[in-house]
Amino acid sequence: MTDKILVNMTVNGMVCERWIEPRLHLGDFLREELGLKGTHLGCEHGVCGACTVVVDDEIVRSCLTLAVQADGAMVETIEGKSESGALRDLQDAFLERNALQCGFCTAGLLLTADALLQAEPEADRARIRDHISGNYCRCTGYHAVVDAIETVGRQRRSGGRGHRHE
Amino acid sequence: MNKIAPHPAATTVEPFVGRGVSRPNARRLVEGRGTYVDDVELPRMVHVAYLRSPHAHARILRIDAAAALDLPGVVAVVDGRQLAETCAPFVGTLSHLAGMRSPPQHAMAVDRACWQGEAVVAVVAQTRAEAEDALQAIQVEWEVLPAVTRMDSALEPGTPVIHPDLGSNLCFHREIDSGGVDAVFAAADVVVEETYEFGRHTGVTLEPRSVLADFNPAERRLTVHHSHQAPHMMGDLYARLMGIPEADVRVLCKDVGGSFGLKVHAYADDFATVALSVLLGRPVKFVADRLESFVTDIHAREHRVKARLALTRDGRFLGFDIADLTGVGPYSMYPRTSAVEGNQVINLCGGPYDHPHYRATLDVVFQNKVQTSQYRGVGHPVACAVTEGIVDLAAATLGIDPLELRRRNLMADDSFPRKGASGILLESLSHQRCLARLEEMVDFAALRRDQAERRARGIHRGIGIAVLIELTNPGAAFYGTGGARIASQDGATVRLDPTGIVHCASGVGEQGQGTETIFAQIVADEVGVPMDRVRVLTGDTAATPYGGGTWASRGAGIGGEAVLQASRQLRANLLEFAAVHLELPVERLRIAGGAVIDTAEGVPLMDVAELGRLAHFRPDLLPAGFQPELVVTRHYAQRDYPFIFTNGIQVSHVEVDVETGVVTLLKHWVVEDCGRVINPLLVDEQIRGAVVQGLGGVLFEECLYDENGLLRNGSMADYLVPMAGEMPDIEVAHVETPTRSSELGAKGAGEAGTAGAPAAVMNAINDALRPFAVRLTSQPITPEKILRALHPHLAD
Repeated sequence: MTDKILVNMTVNGMVCERWIEPRLHLGDFLREELGLKGTHLGCEHGVCGACTVVVDDEIVRSCLTLAVQADGAMVETIEGKSESGALRDLQDAFLERNALQCGFCTAGLLLTADALLQAEPEADRARIRDHISGNYCRCTGYHAVVDAIETVGRQRRSGGRGHRHE
Repeated sequence: MNKIAPHPAATTVEPFVGRGVSRPNARRLVEGRGTYVDDVELPRMVHVAYLRSPHAHARILRIDAAAALDLPGVVAVVDGRQLAETCAPFVGTLSHLAGMRSPPQHAMAVDRACWQGEAVVAVVAQTRAEAEDALQAIQVEWEVLPAVTRMDSALEPGTPVIHPDLGSNLCFHREIDSGGVDAVFAAADVVVEETYEFGRHTGVTLEPRSVLADFNPAERRLTVHHSHQAPHMMGDLYARLMGIPEADVRVLCKDVGGSFGLKVHAYADDFATVALSVLLGRPVKFVADRLESFVTDIHAREHRVKARLALTRDGRFLGFDIADLTGVGPYSMYPRTSAVEGNQVINLCGGPYDHPHYRATLDVVFQNKVQTSQYRGVGHPVACAVTEGIVDLAAATLGIDPLELRRRNLMADDSFPRKGASGILLESLSHQRCLARLEEMVDFAALRRDQAERRARGIHRGIGIAVLIELTNPGAAFYGTGGARIASQDGATVRLDPTGIVHCASGVGEQGQGTETIFAQIVADEVGVPMDRVRVLTGDTAATPYGGGTWASRGAGIGGEAVLQASRQLRANLLEFAAVHLELPVERLRIAGGAVIDTAEGVPLMDVAELGRLAHFRPDLLPAGFQPELVVTRHYAQRDYPFIFTNGIQVSHVEVDVETGVVTLLKHWVVEDCGRVINPLLVDEQIRGAVVQGLGGVLFEECLYDENGLLRNGSMADYLVPMAGEMPDIEVAHVETPTRSSELGAKGAGEAGTAGAPAAVMNAINDALRPFAVRLTSQPITPEKILRALHPHLAD
């Protein structure tokens, strides 16, 4: 067995310190060490995007990120982003448009969509489809997801950034 | 008299059924607060990892697991022979599929593994990682046996027989013959003939199969947290295979991360995990990782269908002649079998059309590959592609417009109820109205003009049409008559609590379709309360009426009708109660908006919560001998027909790049008749999602095997599922022909999208490529296949 390593990171605003095996990926760290079950593991080889989290303001696949790589980082998950209200407009739009069914991919899609709209709130349907192509959804067929993201982009452009900076 | 302030909408409440209300239970999912099986942690819980056969077919000579037992965290190492003492073997046959055969299967391989991925040794450890570590320390000595991989040679004399006791690799054979087919084909003006191939694909639920078994030895009770569609079925199976009374088995299905039929089956891994919990007397969790999902989740659709269609010169269909061959793995899947898909193919080919003659044969053969079984659409995508493919071939041969040829042959809307030529009973379909609706939606003339104009510039666009029928709302014909203990009936219990909340518990569960939402809509309308006063509980065999669960698009039609009937009776009980309490004739009262209303004066008299309060806390105020009943259970089984068929039409518009073979999906249209639409928002997304699974099947998805029976693309990087960037916008419209077999009138809507999309795209590709005189009939239609068709002399 490899020796454990001490990691220290800020997850959803809380500082946490753990001794962990170096092979532990960030997704398992969040789920098993911190009990943050909102991050879902769909493939664990970096394809499906369900496990997407935010590390130092960049979206990453938590299954392809070792927890030790996040040492000293600021990590945000769907739980933190929900509590802060940062995704409220997107969450509302997904609900209203029925842009989710089983919900397993949804956290990853919301975080990925938010990253796009922060950079390009004017993104059109083709751009939205392109940007979320790393997030597999097996239920919706994507049409409603694209609708919801497009709607929020429009809202954010017209100043209705809603809950972000209230 | 308790007069209350008028409820704002007390007298004019708009019904909830028919409205696109969003799902109240989805907020937790967008906030990451759902509960999937892997999110559940129990005291003393341990994890299992399975050592799986690396060979498609091999004898187990020796297992040396001693070293694994000494590794950190390891609790137990168990092989198939040991586990067989706890879990009985099982056989995946149904008696109404006459002559069907399949050998007994064990929870883990005993003596021999019959597909790559079959579990051979279980390691139980404190963590999944420790269990996987210990797998590395286990040595298995194998004698590799010849593998049967190709279905087309599975029945040939030189091919090894996988199960020698059966004498051949034949699992099931069936023939349908309306009679006179040879004569009709011999005399027909035109006969067209083509062979269609369908690649194996799989469901790829984003949440892998997951089971957490918790056997409590003190009370000998088993609780199973399961990502599943049919909890009561699983409870029955666990009880019988483990020898535990069914009453002491509870199955819980909280949030399920995609199902699509893949999670309606009983997997050997499920039995093994439960047996390990029984053996160890503590909770055992199994969550398939993605790589093992590809070699253990059911596959589907490995078919080769030869089709012939006989027509008159003016395009009247005379008869279909179909031969389907399908390969299903080494064991028929228990308990729903692996023969249903093929059986449906031969029941459904030619299904939308009026034709007197029909003949079909089906051969279902064993192979050393992953087991196949029911996956979304079950045979429909195959039958629809065969039928619509050969109809298009006939149209091209006769020089008749494909839409026009269909118009001439579709069953007339006024011809129902009737039988189809294969013997299927059809209650009420609307092909002609759907076609008319489609022509309002799609400007075919403009698309054809655009096609001609672009073709002149070397751009190849195509338009493909697919008419379909889809069986939903099954009666007992599917499984019950074949001896499987799978309920075709479902129940609902509704109750009024003292706070005025109406609870509804149903045997049909939620996997994201919106089942709980539509049930709440029905309760709200039928009891007469606002939707926010309704709570729905599903997915717990200890708390819901016994029922079949979610499959064959039965949730809305069967489960919903039970909810409707229970809610109506609760309303009747509440009205009777109110009449007694208010000393008014019951005919004068109604319930709306959560209030009892005096219809004579149009004013609310009391909130239904007041009835709850009186019944529970002040029964002393009620007349002697009167007992209000605030809990009602009603059941519903559809017994008028074997199935209630739906129908629809899809159109695909594609562009084919003849240089690269890449197909771009430009647009997809759907007209769907699923009877009464309870929630258009949810129905439309069921259809869109189902269409996209069909698009995956026709263009991308295939489980590729090498000649040794080893899966070559068992990862999400190598097995392609549709991504957002490749998918088109999908326009959906409805025609509503409510079924008369229920008062709700709803038919199923979950699978028709998958049924029709492959055919529409295949036809669109072939339409695009008409100038090249080639036809693509092997799905998935990959760029490579297109280029090979366009350049037949191209070297490998």
